[in-house]
Amino acid sequence: MSDMNQQMTARYKNNFLKEIEEQAEMGDWVKMCMQCGVCSGSCPTNFHSAWDHPPQELFMMIRAGKRDEVLESGSMWNCVSCYNCYVRCPRKVPITHIMHGLAEYAYRLGKAPKQQPTQFLSKTFWDNATKTGRVNEVKLTQTLYFKNGLMDGIKQAMAMQSVALGLVKAKRLNPMEAVGGGHKCKDIKGIHAMLAKARELEAQRKGRAA
Amino acid sequence: MSRGNLREGVIWIRPDTDAARETTQEMAEDYVRMACAEVKAMTVPAGNTNTGTSKTLLVVGGGMSGMTAALEASKTGYKVVLIEKTGALGGMAAKLWKRIPNREPFKAPMDNGVAELVAQIDADANIKVYLNASVVKTAGAPGRFQVDIAVESGPTVTEDIGAIIQASGFTPYDMAKLPHLGGGQANVVDQLGLETLAKAANGGPIKRADGKEVNSVVFVQCAGQRDATKEHLEYCSGHCCGTSVKQAMYFKDANPDVETVVLFTDLRMPGNNEDFYRAAQNKGIVFRKGVVSNVTGGGECKVKFKDLILNEDFTADADLVVLATGMVPTTGPDLDQLGEANRAAEGGNEEAKAQVVQMMSKSVLNLDYRQGPDVPQFKHGFNDSHFICFPYETRRTAIYAAGPVRRPMDIAQATEDATGAAMKAIQAMENAGLGKAAHPRAGDLSFPTARLEGCTQCKRCTVECPFGAIDEDERRFPLFNESRCRRCGTCMGACPVRVISFENYSVNTVGAQIKAVDIPDEFSEKPRVLILACENDAYPALDMAGMNRNEYDPYVRVIPVRCLGSVNTIWITDALNSGYDGVMLMGCKHGEQYQCHFVKGSELGRYRMSKIYDTLKGMNLEEDRLMDLEVAITDIDTLPKKINDYAKRIVEMGMSPFKGL
Amino acid sequence: MARKEYAFYPGCSSQKGASASNYLTSVESMCKTLDVKMTEIPDWNCCGASISYAESGELPRLVMNARNFALAEQNLPGQDIVATCAACWLGSRESKERLEHSSVLMADTNTALKEAGLNLKVIPEVRHMVEVLIEDLGYDELAKPVKKPLDGMKFAGYVGCQTNRPFGIAGESFENPMYLDKLVESVGGTATQFDQKVTCCGGALAFSEPDKAQAQIKDIIEAAYDSGAEMLVTPCPLCQANTEVYQGQINKKYGTKFNMPVLYYSQLMTLAYGGTAKEAALDGNVIKARKLEEFAAK
Repeated sequence: MSDMNQQMTARYKNNFLKEIEEQAEMGDWVKMCMQCGVCSGSCPTNFHSAWDHPPQELFMMIRAGKRDEVLESGSMWNCVSCYNCYVRCPRKVPITHIMHGLAEYAYRLGKAPKQQPTQFLSKTFWDNATKTGRVNEVKLTQTLYFKNGLMDGIKQAMAMQSVALGLVKAKRLNPMEAVGGGHKCKDIKGIHAMLAKARELEAQRKGRAA
Repeated sequence: MSRGNLREGVIWIRPDTDAARETTQEMAEDYVRMACAEVKAMTVPAGNTNTGTSKTLLVVGGGMSGMTAALEASKTGYKVVLIEKTGALGGMAAKLWKRIPNREPFKAPMDNGVAELVAQIDADANIKVYLNASVVKTAGAPGRFQVDIAVESGPTVTEDIGAIIQASGFTPYDMAKLPHLGGGQANVVDQLGLETLAKAANGGPIKRADGKEVNSVVFVQCAGQRDATKEHLEYCSGHCCGTSVKQAMYFKDANPDVETVVLFTDLRMPGNNEDFYRAAQNKGIVFRKGVVSNVTGGGECKVKFKDLILNEDFTADADLVVLATGMVPTTGPDLDQLGEANRAAEGGNEEAKAQVVQMMSKSVLNLDYRQGPDVPQFKHGFNDSHFICFPYETRRTAIYAAGPVRRPMDIAQATEDATGAAMKAIQAMENAGLGKAAHPRAGDLSFPTARLEGCTQCKRCTVECPFGAIDEDERRFPLFNESRCRRCGTCMGACPVRVISFENYSVNTVGAQIKAVDIPDEFSEKPRVLILACENDAYPALDMAGMNRNEYDPYVRVIPVRCLGSVNTIWITDALNSGYDGVMLMGCKHGEQYQCHFVKGSELGRYRMSKIYDTLKGMNLEEDRLMDLEVAITDIDTLPKKINDYAKRIVEMGMSPFKGL
Repeated sequence: MARKEYAFYPGCSSQKGASASNYLTSVESMCKTLDVKMTEIPDWNCCGASISYAESGELPRLVMNARNFALAEQNLPGQDIVATCAACWLGSRESKERLEHSSVLMADTNTALKEAGLNLKVIPEVRHMVEVLIEDLGYDELAKPVKKPLDGMKFAGYVGCQTNRPFGIAGESFENPMYLDKLVESVGGTATQFDQKVTCCGGALAFSEPDKAQAQIKDIIEAAYDSGAEMLVTPCPLCQANTEVYQGQINKKYGTKFNMPVLYYSQLMTLAYGGTAKEAALDGNVIKARKLEEFAAK
C-alpha cells in the first residue's frame, strides 16, 4: 500500500463519500446524483465496449463505500471527454470532470490499474507539454509507442507507418522535432517553478503529504 | 324552454351538397318537431319550497384541513362550527416537530404552523369550537341539517347547519403489522414516532427511547405500502418521501456527522419538493435505491436490503430505523359491509349485531339517512369523490371531504383541499337556501315528485339514488329530500311504474320527442336511429364534433338526457315498437375509473339496459338494435365514426319490421 | 487599423509542422480577407488539454492556462483571447470559470504565477474562432467577400464535442447545433442531413484505445457517406485528424472503402473568398480533396 493510500485510509476510515468529496476534483458533486442513468446512456464508449461501472453506478458505489472497487476500476479511464453526460445530466453534475477526478485520485493513490493505456497517455502528454511549455507531437508519439519496450514500439510504429507517413507528406508531422528541434516556450524556467509551486499548494490544500 | 339544435346538430354535421339536402332537411324538420313536442310536455319549474336557511358550516375535525376550512369560510363571512374529538386543535400536524417547506427556497424544514392557526381560530368570532366532541346525529338536508354534538363533559348540543366538511384525517398504518421490518421492536419507529423523538430533542441531538444519542439512522420508504401482494396498503401515501427527507434533515441539522441513509425504490418528490430533495443531498443525506427485506431492532439495528443499482445485497447498521408507513383514512364504516351486517343482524345473528355496534362506533357523521350513517367510500377506504371533475364532492349533497380522508396527501395539499372544500360548501348552502340544485346542474329549480297513488313501494328509487336523497316515510313510500337531490333523474329511470317526474324532465318530455320524429316506411331506405346522449359528456362531444364539422349519418336523432341513469326502459321499447331501427345509448364510463357526473348513474343505467335484451328477444329483434356506448367528452373525432359504423350495421341488419304498425 | 483585433491563442497543434498546421494557414488567409487582426499571445503555453487530467491535477492545469491569461492581459490588454483549437478553447474557458468562481483557487493561482513573475487580475473573455465569425461578424458579413461560391458541393458538418459541449455556441442546441451548416451555406456549399454531427471521434483515446476510437470514427464516416456528403468539414483539430488519418486503418479492419477528405471550415471559406489551394493549405490534407483542388485552380 502506498504511503498516500495509507494516509487517506486512516484519515477517512469508512467514509469513502467524504474522501471523494474532499480529494477528487469535483467530488463534492457525487452526492447530488439522483440515479437517473442518463449519463450511462449518453456515454459513447459505454457502448463500444461497456464500462464495468458506468458513471451512475460509480456514484452509487461511492455512496456504498466500495472504495477498492471504485479506485481500482478501469471504467473512468474510458472517458473520452466528450461532455455528453455533462450537458445531459438533469442535476447538472459535472460528470466528465468527476470521471477525470476519480481517475486522477486513484492514480495518485497508486490504486489505478497498471498498464492502463490512457493513464500512460495522460502522464506522457502532461510531461511532454510541460517540459518545454508546448507539446512536441513527435516525441509524444514516440514515447507512446515505445512504452512497452523497443520491439513492441517498432511493431506499433510499423503498424502506424502509413498514418505517420501521410502526415509527414502533408507537412503535419515534422521528424526533426525528435532531435532537439520543435517548439518551446521562452520562459521554461518560470513555467517549471510555477508548476512546482502549484503542485505544492494543491497537496497542501488537500492535506496530502507533498 | 327547449332547444332544437339545428346548427351543431344538423347543418354543421352534414355536407352542403344537393345530394344531402333532402335528408338534411328531414333532420332539421324532425328536430323542430321534437323541440315543440318537448315544450308542450314541460312546465316551468316552480322551485322547491322545502328549503332551509342555515348558512352555518360544520367542520368535523380540527387538524390542518379542518382549521383551514373553518378559517377560509369565516373570512368569507360565514359562521362555522368546528368540532374536534381530542382536547386540542392541531390534529396530526401538531405532533410534528417541523413540516415540509411550502415556500421558497424549499431547502429546510419549517415550523408546523399549527400555533398560528389555532391563535387565528381563537380570535375569530365566527368560529365556534367544540373540543372533546363528536357528532352523534346528523338529520335533515342541506341548508337545514340538525346536528347533535356530544361533548365529553356536558349535555348534547344541537346546531343548525347549512353544509358540512368532513376533515377527519388519517392515522399511520399500524407498524405492528410489519414484524419483518422490525415493527414493534426496540429502536424501530414509524415517522410519527420519530416526530416524538425530535420534539423531545427540541433541536438538539435526537436520542432514542433508551437515551442513546443517534449517530446513524436508516429510513425505510414504502414500509407496508405500495404492496403488490395486497397484504398491506396497496397505494402510495404521497407525503412519506418528503417526510423522510425532512426527518433526515432533523439529524443533519443537529449534527452533520450523523449518518443518514434513505432507502427507497422510487423517490417521489413532486413539485418544489425536488428542491427539498436537492437540499437534502447537499446536506449529505445518502439516498440509495434498494428494497428492504428485513429489519431487526434492538441496541444495534440491522437493515438488510438489495441495492437495485448495484444489484447486490447489503446490511446497514443503524442506531435507529424509521419506517415510512402509509396513511389510513379516518372514515366511517364501509356502507356496503354495514348494510350486509345490518341485514344479518335483522335476521337475528348475534355476532352481526355486535358487529353493527362496533361499526357504528366508527361513524364520523352519524347521518340519519336511509342509505347509511356516513359518506360512501371508494378505493382503499378513502371517501369517494369525483377525482377528475369534482374533487371534495362526496355522494352526499352539501357534505364535502377535505384532506387525507379523501386521498393521501401532505399538509400543503390538504390546505389547498380544505380551501376548495370551503368554497364548495358555501355554494351548496347558498343554492340550498334558494331551492336550487348543486353541481353539475347548479341552479336547476326542478326537483322530482312522485304520483304516490301509482307507487308500488318497490323501493328501487330509494335504493338507487346515488346521493341518498330519498328516505322512506312510515308507509314505506319514497320521501324526497329535495335539497339533497342532484337532479340526475336516476329515480325516474329506476321507477318501473313511471310515477316519478320533474316538471321539465319526465317520461313524457322525452317520450313526446321520440314520437315527434317522422318515421319513413320500410321501403324508403331511410332508417331512423335514436340516440339518447348524456348531457354532461356525450352531448357536448357531439356539439364539438359539429363545431369541427365532423360529418355523421343523417338518419340519427339525438335527445340529450340528464344521465344514463335517468333513461327509463320504456323509451327504448316505445322507440323500437314505433319503427326506429336502432337505439344508441351514450353515457359516461363507469366502474373503478368512473367519469359519471352522478357517480353511479351510468352504472345503474347500464345495469337496467342489460335486462332489456330479453325484451328485444320477445319482440323478435336482433340484439344489435340496441347499442351502448361509453363516451368521454374528448371523443370529438371518434364519436362520428362510431355513429356511422352503427348506421352501417343497421343497414346490414335491414329495416325494423315494426314500421307503420 | 483592422476592423477587429484579438489576442490569438493558436495552440500546440497549429504550430508549423504540427498536426493542424493547415488549420492555422487557412485561418490566417480567412482572417486577412475578413480584415480581422490576430496577434499571437507572446510565449503562450499548452492548455493541458483534457487528457492530461491524471498527471496534472487541478491547480497545475489552471495555472498553465492562467499564465496565458496573464500574458494576454499584460501584452494585449482589452483584447478577447481567441482560440482556433476546440481543446484550447475549452481548457481556457473552463479555467476562467473555475478561477472566477473560487477565490481560493484564484489566490493559489496567483501565488504560483508569481514564481514566473506574473500576476493575474482580470481574465479576458475566452472565445473560439467560430464565435468571432458568427457573433462579431455574422453570417451576412461572412457571405459578402465570397467570390467563388462552393456551388453544388456537399459537406457533412461535423461539429464534434468540444466546440459544442459543455459551452457550445450561444443559441445552439447541444444535440443539433446548426452553425456549421450555416457557415457552409454562407459560402455557397450544401450541408447534408448528417445524423452523427455531434458524435465523439474518440478524442485522445485514438492514441490509447485505438479500437474503441476507430469504431466511433467508422460510425461517423459511414453516416457522412449515407448523408450524401462528398467531404467532412469540422471546427476542431482533433476531430479533423482522427476522422481523416485513420480511414486507412479502418478500411483494413472493417473492409470499408472510406476515402473522404476532411476539411476545416476555414479552408472552405478561404477558397470561396478566392484563395489559392496553397492559401487554403489543401496540401495539408492527408486525404486529398481533389474536387476542391480543381475548384481552386479554376
